[in-house]
Amino acid sequence: MERPLTQHIRPGEYLTAAEYRKTGGYEGLKKALKMTPKEVQETVKRAGLRGRGGAGFPTGLKWSFVPLGPDAPRPKYLVANGDEMEPGTFKDRLLIEGNPHQLIEGMIISAYAIEAEIGYIFLRWAYKKGAQIIEKALAEAYDAGLLGKNILGSGFNFDLYLHTSAGRYICGEETALLNSLEGKRANPRPKPPFPQTSGLFGKPTIVNNIETLSNVPHILRNGADWYQSISLSEDAGTKLFGVSGKVKNPGLWELPLGITLREVLEEYAGGMRDGLQFKGLLPGGASTDFLTKDHLDIKLDYEGVAEAGSRLGTGTMIVLDDKTCVVGMVRNLEHFFAQESCGWCTPCREGLPWTEKILTSIENGTGKMEDLDILAGMTKTLAPGNTFCPLAPGAMEPLQSALKYFREDFERHIKEKRCPWRS
Amino acid sequence: MLSEKEIKEIEEHFAHYPRKQAAVIEALKVVQFHRGYVSDENVEDIARLLEMTPDEVDSVATFYNLIFRKPVGEHVILMCDSVSCWIMGYENLKDHLSQKLGIDIGQTTKDNRFTLLTIPCLGACDRAPAMMVDNELYGNLTPEKIDEILEKYK
Ligand SMILES: Cc1cc2nc3c(=O)[nH]c(=O)nc-3n(C[C@H](O)[C@H](O)[C@H](O)COP(=O)(O)O)c2cc1C
Ligand code: SF4
Ligand code: FES
Repeated sequence: MERPLTQHIRPGEYLTAAEYRKTGGYEGLKKALKMTPKEVQETVKRAGLRGRGGAGFPTGLKWSFVPLGPDAPRPKYLVANGDEMEPGTFKDRLLIEGNPHQLIEGMIISAYAIEAEIGYIFLRWAYKKGAQIIEKALAEAYDAGLLGKNILGSGFNFDLYLHTSAGRYICGEETALLNSLEGKRANPRPKPPFPQTSGLFGKPTIVNNIETLSNVPHILRNGADWYQSISLSEDAGTKLFGVSGKVKNPGLWELPLGITLREVLEEYAGGMRDGLQFKGLLPGGASTDFLTKDHLDIKLDYEGVAEAGSRLGTGTMIVLDDKTCVVGMVRNLEHFFAQESCGWCTPCREGLPWTEKILTSIENGTGKMEDLDILAGMTKTLAPGNTFCPLAPGAMEPLQSALKYFREDFERHIKEKRCPWRS
Repeated sequence: MLSEKEIKEIEEHFAHYPRKQAAVIEALKVVQFHRGYVSDENVEDIARLLEMTPDEVDSVATFYNLIFRKPVGEHVILMCDSVSCWIMGYENLKDHLSQKLGIDIGQTTKDNRFTLLTIPCLGACDRAPAMMVDNELYGNLTPEKIDEILEKYK
């Protein structure tokens, strides 16, 4: 099994530029600089790389919307999205802390492919150690002539900076992130215009996830066919899969796309802790629909999880066991979304706190049966397309699926006028 | 008045952006790093330096969870209250911390040693429950472990 992104990562340490080079690092960049930007885009397109930030958009296709050539507006920007604030998500942290040069190399190649001259790594506030490591790695890369003017004698110029955020989940949404980088409140922007043509400071901009960018060096070094061959699925490549909750061995593993959910849960996460039964999970972070034990044999790829009614999302799963109250869990999730709503549009600003309030009353035993209809109505009101950005629809995914699979648990709270899971 | 050091550190960020107003979040963080929080006077100082209005600076400052506009204790404890930590029982730990420090979430101890806050997911869910004290991350928390950690900051 190939693990290109993580095989060299050692716990608690980061790979220096010299160490990264010994593993074949910056070879992909050398190859890319001998190609035209269009050819680099084509290679990534043929490889079938899809965005790892949650939406799964084909990376090469996204890049192809950026205007190229001497008449394109300048400067153009490339931004690595390292906001990683979705509850239950802890994958980009490993790539940042363990192998920063892989990200930097991925960014130089990607910048070359869209002819961007300035890049930012947008990192969440809490990743203090990651920020230090990136600062060191950036300095190493500048010293080695890998960043700045005339990179490796190619004539290509690219400056890369670290921007650390000040804590707000909505910064992860790509247009809100751009506002934040411009020093503004992180409200999302209307689309169109899309960032690819008018993004940061009004210039063409690509925002990609840290994991997406970390794949790029390997695709350039080993080729599109190789990248297709390392998965067990139509979807190419590997994915970082994580498991948290009451399993025996919570953790994070790089595995081929198309591996089954059962294998990740049982082989890697070690199954449930003694005395607990698996009840369900959110497969790709807080804003994905629950899956249940009926779904254990699905393939973990974009199609497989979508067919089961959820999303691959970030690939980091949150496991619900039979001794944990699903109403409490969903209440906790909606508390997060209500608190992190940016307040820009009314349905989200008002709907999410209301949702939280109803769930709190159900959890505390003061809910009514009609509340379940109100919650179901809310999942329609905040459905995709009804709000300015996907935060609110994302917030409805765990709720609507909990109502579908675990309705009985909600009803028990109402009938028994207490939480049956609290002793 | 901002110190020369603060001004220099803020100005270093100017070069990273086509206009200096983009560095406002960095400016707020520089000031907070040196003073613990950002006072009204600091907001005015930053506004002057970046050629913005104080209202503009404040509207950015108040948007972000981790810019403190009020004084905090010497050490800030940020306890994760998101889903994986909830499943792993953070609520008991929060009560333990509250009791031990004699304060609720959002408060500062009388001796000004600790401020206790909650924070969304710290990206350490496989080590839940988790918290940060200042810049340090602690995972797999238990009441005993919390007691040990607090000792370090005494
Ligand atoms: C509320 C919200 C939060 C998001 N947070 C992140 C994040 O932390 N990291 C990330 O890469 N993408 C996040 N996204 C997705 C981004 O908007 C964007 O699709 C992604 O960065 C594109 O990169 P990719 O194509 O490489 O996946 C978020 C989206 C929404 C709506
Ligand atoms: S849906 Fe929520 S987070 Fe998104 S723009 Fe509207 S208020 Fe802001
Ligand atoms: S939920 Fe607490 S660290 Fe992620």
